[in-house]
Amino acid sequence: MVIVSIADLKTVVGEDVLVTYALGSCVGICLRDDVNKVSGLAHIMLPWSKTASEDEQNMRRFADTGITELMQQMVDQGAKSRNITAKLAGGAQMFGVASAAFNIGERNIQAVQKVLETYKIPVAASDLGGNYARTIYFHTVDGKLEVRSATKPTIFI
Amino acid sequence: MALKKMDDLTPVHYDVLREIGNIGQGNAATALAAFSNKLVTIDVPNVRVLDITQAIEYLGGPENIVTGILVRLRGDINGMMLTILQSGFVKNLIEMVFSRTPADQFDLSEIETSFVQEIGNILSGSYLNAISSLSGMCTDVSVPYVTTDMVGAILAVPAVEFAEIGSKVLFIDDCFTFSEGFHDKVYTASRSNMILIPELQSLEDLFTRLSIPV
Repeated sequence: MVIVSIADLKTVVGEDVLVTYALGSCVGICLRDDVNKVSGLAHIMLPWSKTASEDEQNMRRFADTGITELMQQMVDQGAKSRNITAKLAGGAQMFGVASAAFNIGERNIQAVQKVLETYKIPVAASDLGGNYARTIYFHTVDGKLEVRSATKPTIFI
Repeated sequence: MALKKMDDLTPVHYDVLREIGNIGQGNAATALAAFSNKLVTIDVPNVRVLDITQAIEYLGGPENIVTGILVRLRGDINGMMLTILQSGFVKNLIEMVFSRTPADQFDLSEIETSFVQEIGNILSGSYLNAISSLSGMCTDVSVPYVTTDMVGAILAVPAVEFAEIGSKVLFIDDCFTFSEGFHDKVYTASRSNMILIPELQSLEDLFTRLSIPV
């Protein structure tokens, strides 16, 4: 089991489980090249890196730079970008609908989808939005994404 | 010199924040005592600057289920304040006030949920009162937003909004102990945490008002 912390990313080759905990408004991006058995997971917090401050240390926080780095690492490990498909989870609005100003989740979802579109990566499945946190287990053996939450039943997508 | 990031705070600044924490916690204890009809004693609060990841670990790891109450601050102090109540705290309060033991934090009626929201409101208000009584600064507070979920996802909310301050937060550790009286051996200790995410300018203004060099 490989744990990916907030604003970080990891890749694995072969059979393993990539885990990231407590996705709220953050989005978990699971990429997999089924042919070369290379998989990766990124846990992004914010949509676009152009909002970063000058001394920003961690470009993995952003959807655009995070996905780009994840793709690069996967290609370095033998993945071919034309084989890669994506599964997504997260992008919730914590603290309910009353807090429209906080709706970063929706903006994260849009950014992730846009970036994946530019790389021509199809989204095979997703579990997005809502107002609750998700923990995800990406089973790279078959590409199933297990989504757990505090109050909803566990689903596999 | 201006405050550029939370790490620039000196021990003197910490003392001031701890004192504010102390007064705030005193105010909060008075309110909790009125609610619960118990004797409420407090420990000296611990004030630290933590990054979001450390704060999440400290609060029991990303998947720990807590109740978070968020208020926005506008006025002389701009920012956010997040009150984190551990499950034990919520259960104790409900037990004391409603004489019912909920199975978990999700097992709350509408009025109990509203009560928990009010507690968060009182706790954050107590700290803001402490700040304004010391410094004369005036701050408006938004209605409280409440959610019960994984602490990792709750703490990501201020982290995202205040990304420019380098994901550091001001972390205040509170411990309230409820008992029937000073000689009562049966007591329950409840932990709560206040997380203050002020804009750095507001923090600087606060220290300036108190004539503390920044």
